[in-house]
Formats: sequence, C-alpha cells, structure tokens
Amino acid sequence: MSGLSKSVLYDFCLRMGDNTLILGHRVSEWCGHAPVLEEDIALANTALDLIGQTQFWLGLAADVQGEGKSADDLAFLRDAWDFRNGLLCELPNGDFGQTLMRQYLFDEWHWAMLTALQNSSEKRVSDIADKAVKEASYHLERSRDTVIGLGDGTAESHDRMQAALDYLYPYVGEFFEADTVDEAAAKEGIAPVLESLREGYDAAIKATMDAATLRLPDSRFAHKGGRNGRMHTEHLGHLLTNMQWLQRAYPGASW
Amino acid sequence: MSKEWPLWEIFIRGQHGLSHRHVGSLHAPDAEMAIKNARDVYTRRNEGQSIWAVEAKHISASSPSDKGPLYEPSESKVYRHPTFFDIPEDVGAM
Repeated sequence: MSGLSKSVLYDFCLRMGDNTLILGHRVSEWCGHAPVLEEDIALANTALDLIGQTQFWLGLAADVQGEGKSADDLAFLRDAWDFRNGLLCELPNGDFGQTLMRQYLFDEWHWAMLTALQNSSEKRVSDIADKAVKEASYHLERSRDTVIGLGDGTAESHDRMQAALDYLYPYVGEFFEADTVDEAAAKEGIAPVLESLREGYDAAIKATMDAATLRLPDSRFAHKGGRNGRMHTEHLGHLLTNMQWLQRAYPGASW
Repeated sequence: MSKEWPLWEIFIRGQHGLSHRHVGSLHAPDAEMAIKNARDVYTRRNEGQSIWAVEAKHISASSPSDKGPLYEPSESKVYRHPTFFDIPEDVGAM
C-alpha cells in the first residue's frame, strides 16, 4: 500500500472509530441514570456495541499506522485536537429526549454509511461494516421509534424533542461535507462519496420527523471542524478528562 | 390515566423445537417496544430465537385460594399416574 493510501485509510478509520468511541462514551454516561430500567439497559447495550465497533476501527487504524500502537493507545492517549469524530457525537446528553434525538440523527447516517462500506474495496473495512451494520440497524430501529414516540407524545415531550432537533440539526451537515481525505477514500473505493448518502438520509429523517410531528429546521447551516480536527466543541475536552483519567494518572495500568 | 407504562410478560424460545418459556416481565409503552425492550433486557447473552410479549392484564390466572378444590382431588387418584406397569430391565431408566 502506498504512503498516501495508508494515510487515507488511517484517517478514515480514525473518523469512523472516533465517532463510535466518543458517542459510545457519551451514551454510557446514562448507565444507572436512565428514566426507566428498560431504557437504561438498552442504552448500555448501545454504548457497548459502539465501543466494540471502536475496537475494530481503531485496531485497524493502529495496524495501518504501523507504529506498534493498539486501539487502546489511540483511544486513551490522544488529546482533543487529534480526535476526528463528528461534532454531533461529543455534544452533551442533555435530557433523555436530546440523547435519543442525537442517537437517531447519528444512527440514520451510520447505518447508511456502514451499508455502503459493505462494498468497500478494502476487505478489512467491509468486514467491519458487515458486522457493525447489524448492530446499527437495531440502534436505528430503536432510536427512530423513540423519537416518534416522544415527538408525537405529550405536549411536554413534543416540545423537548423539537428543542433537541433545533439544537442538534446544525451538526448533521458535517457528516456529508467531504474534504481531501474523503475524496481520496472515495476515489480508491474505500468509502462512498459522502454527498451520495445525503438524499436518502434527508428523505429518511423527513419521514421520521413527519411521523413524530416535529419540524426540521429550514437552515442547512452546518457546524464543522470535528472530522478534520480543526476545531472541536468545548465539550470534548471534558469528556476526555473523564474517559482518559486513569491512563493519564497511572500510565500503562492494566487489569 | 396512569403515567406508568403497562406491564408485559415476556416469553422466549431458546432453540428451535422448544416451547416459549416465561422469563420475566418489563414495562413498555406498546407491544413493539415491549419486544425491543425484551431483546435488550432478556437476550443479551444470545438466549433467544423468538420473543413473545403479552400484556400482563390479558393473562388470566387461577386464584391461589382455589388451590384445594383445583389440585387436591388429584392427589388421591393414583390410577391417573402410570405407576402400575412392570418395566422390563432392558428398558433401563425412564
């Protein structure tokens, strides 16, 4: 593999793995705090699925990088500016509705992306996608139903879901805006052209929001900077402090 | 109207050919979510092939106070049990 392809594949894997790592950590923060037992377990399952997928993506990234690092090294020893997740993933949980709205907006993209990646020219990528798409498809089914249930629920739950959608929607566009890494990955057949996923995504979230009696914001303005590491939100550093403190305080600790 | 979600009884079939067994209960707003919740609560360790969810209020149960009339009469009817046959030794344990 040429140096350029290696660096494209490495960046691509970081973007996939950092999405699932950061969102997985966020969702795990609900463990023991969800409004009902059943949702608590469901959220913990989702978090564990995402962290399991992270092991594959960051494991592959570490392999491709070839510096003898592990997935754990990449997860616990990088600082905020080295992370490549979409900003949506690092946003705070807010209330239960906001967490599920964030999950739904991510799941709909994640599922479409993984489905496309099943045809990746890179076998190691399509293998991960084959496994992860089954989990993503269940996450999507669940988060979609909950968004509809709460949106089309009581006046209070409807207002909270609309507020969550208004807050989170501007973070969606980042997943579809390609930079040179994405263009190179698409050219080599590693990943789909990002914009090609947008039409299906828009149609799907429109249908869900209609069923949920929620209104999609008109503006397509997109916050960005997470996927290329140019600028994360202030929330990522706090999350990493929590997630990484043990390896920072006791370097190399294992159990 | 109660703000609690209704209670559902969950039945799971572990393998093809076996019958569904009651595994426990959970709360859910509707039947579809009951199945999803059951998937998350009761099949985390690959236990299931098939899930049934029945809203608890639809289950009719016998009353514990009817225990006497319902079950005691069978205690004295030994002829209902196939215990009067000589089993040939070749058959082994049954």
